Amino acid sequence: MKETAELVHIYLRSSKKFPHIWCAGCGIGIFMNALLRVIDRIGYSKDDVVLVSGIGCSGRLPVYVDFNTLHTTHGRALTFATGIKLAKPHLKVITVMGDGDAIAIGGNHLIHAARRNVEIASFVINNYVYGMTGGQYSPTTPHGVKTTSSPYGNPEHDFDICRVVEAAGAAFVARSTVYHTRLLDRLISKALKKKGFALVEVVSQCPTYSGRWLDLDSPVEMMKWQKENSITMEKARRISKDELTGKIVIGVLADREVQTYHERYQQVSEKLKV
Amino acid sequence: MRKLTQEQVLLQGNEACVKGALMAGCRFFAGYPITPATEVMEIMAQELPKAGGVFIQMEDEIASLGAVIGASLAGAKSMTATSGPGFSLMQEHIGFACMAEVPCVIVDVMRAGPSTGLPTQPSQADVMQARWGTHGDHPIIALAPASVYEFLELTIQAFNLSERYRTPVIILVDEVIAHLREGIILPALGDIEIEERPQPKVPPEWYLPYGDPGSGVPPMPPFGEGYRYHVTGLYHDVRGYPTTRIDEVEPLIRRLFSKISKDFERLQWFDSFHTDDATITVISYGCVARAAFQAVKEAREQGLKVGFVKLKILWPFMRRTITKILANSQKVLVPEMNIGQISREVKRVNKGECEVATLNKVDGTPITPPEILKMLEEMQP
Repeated sequence: MKETAELVHIYLRSSKKFPHIWCAGCGIGIFMNALLRVIDRIGYSKDDVVLVSGIGCSGRLPVYVDFNTLHTTHGRALTFATGIKLAKPHLKVITVMGDGDAIAIGGNHLIHAARRNVEIASFVINNYVYGMTGGQYSPTTPHGVKTTSSPYGNPEHDFDICRVVEAAGAAFVARSTVYHTRLLDRLISKALKKKGFALVEVVSQCPTYSGRWLDLDSPVEMMKWQKENSITMEKARRISKDELTGKIVIGVLADREVQTYHERYQQVSEKLKV
Repeated sequence: MRKLTQEQVLLQGNEACVKGALMAGCRFFAGYPITPATEVMEIMAQELPKAGGVFIQMEDEIASLGAVIGASLAGAKSMTATSGPGFSLMQEHIGFACMAEVPCVIVDVMRAGPSTGLPTQPSQADVMQARWGTHGDHPIIALAPASVYEFLELTIQAFNLSERYRTPVIILVDEVIAHLREGIILPALGDIEIEERPQPKVPPEWYLPYGDPGSGVPPMPPFGEGYRYHVTGLYHDVRGYPTTRIDEVEPLIRRLFSKISKDFERLQWFDSFHTDDATITVISYGCVARAAFQAVKEAREQGLKVGFVKLKILWPFMRRTITKILANSQKVLVPEMNIGQISREVKRVNKGECEVATLNKVDGTPITPPEILKMLEEMQP
């Protein structure tokens, strides 16, 4: 495996003035590192990779990396990605979204992208909060938690991104945390190679906001929490629903063969040409 | 009834739009069903797979324009078609396409609003929305066909302008023209000029995706061909990277405007009839121009000195053309199927030398020639 320093020179844009915008201790950098490591290992040409993001802290990721990069509107990354993939199917189209981005404002696009099965590898970095706007509750913030927009405790119930996407028909669904970096690498690799819509939920930390709301004092505390609260898919299958409460189930949650939109479209197109 | 010759075809407005789009090289359509624009989508669904293009029905109009912009970045000439409620949803991405300079064509078949309104009676009430619907200062181009042939012709031109200036182009058509059937002669492919977006002539390492090459329009290579660049809706520097520097922010927005405004002279598209000696001139567009033309013909038969102007471009507003008309007439009449949107612009550029009268009908039925004729008679000095 290449040294990180070498990857930096290959994949980070030298013409872009750093530092990046992320807070110290943020998990997005860990994910970005993993993504670049895996892309390098698979050996995609940089010209063939398109990285699309929405709005929020995660939305800034593409600007730092030397691919074809597109920073879209809030929640809509998957719609742009769909257009790119269908117009140029040989491109490796990847989306990076945040939890508010992907499942609140972009929820409709997410379920339909999963259902439609256009080959897009999508990554939702879930830090349980709207970070960029100052720590408001998101659809993954646990019930009862105080945030800047739920000063008396979150009145809503959170939802499970992976289960929603699995039910919508995604070809590949998985979850990791940024603590579990080796698992994260494996899941990113599987998602990138999947023929069809793939989603990996990446549980991450926002030390600036959600750490404060969840009474976890530092990035280290937050990553310890990820370590201690995670349970593999295999173990989760063997324990009761009650025991699973509050646990982060990690691993591959769904992996199935579904014909992609483009394969089907090409078949029809070929027939019509004859 | 006139018999159609071999070269003639009987087409509905929406069908003609698709023909024009395919002639212009459109190879990607994303849309969401909405009357009275749905035929554009249905015919695209039928024709694009045969033409080697891609059709997709998205989950809403926001997604439709998102997919269109994505496909355009990948190099495909792309379009969508909708009506008022969908057009409202698209405003977010119209702004993105303006800011990121992504060519795309948006057909808005106007029906009476606001909100769900009068589905699906004709209207011309989205004129100002086309201009100012998305937030922030931005330039926009909007075209207004008044016949089935013009719908075809202006769809081709919409793609040309969109590619030439790297900007979204809106076709503001009303339900009457979209659903009208007329016999038209299709232009031969060799006779129409098709424009393509400018391509870089430098290697990737020298390429500036948002630099000004002099024309105000930076070259735009498709994603995936070696020019790896960044596209964002944020204010960006010449390399496409986000910026808040005052010496980069204002030059960007100024360039977005000037790349189109420097060409105002080329963007005066109108038809006129009997304007030389007219004391009263009717300024119209879309289906109302048809009624206005008939009314002016009848008024002339009565010996009234009236003239006719039909606007084919609504935005940017043709100030040069309109001020000449205002200078040469004593009065102008602007009949419109809204409370007064283009008339407002006419009044804005009027320097006081001309009386501007309006005829506004907003009951969901078209303005008729007798209604305009009556008004012209009343306006006689």
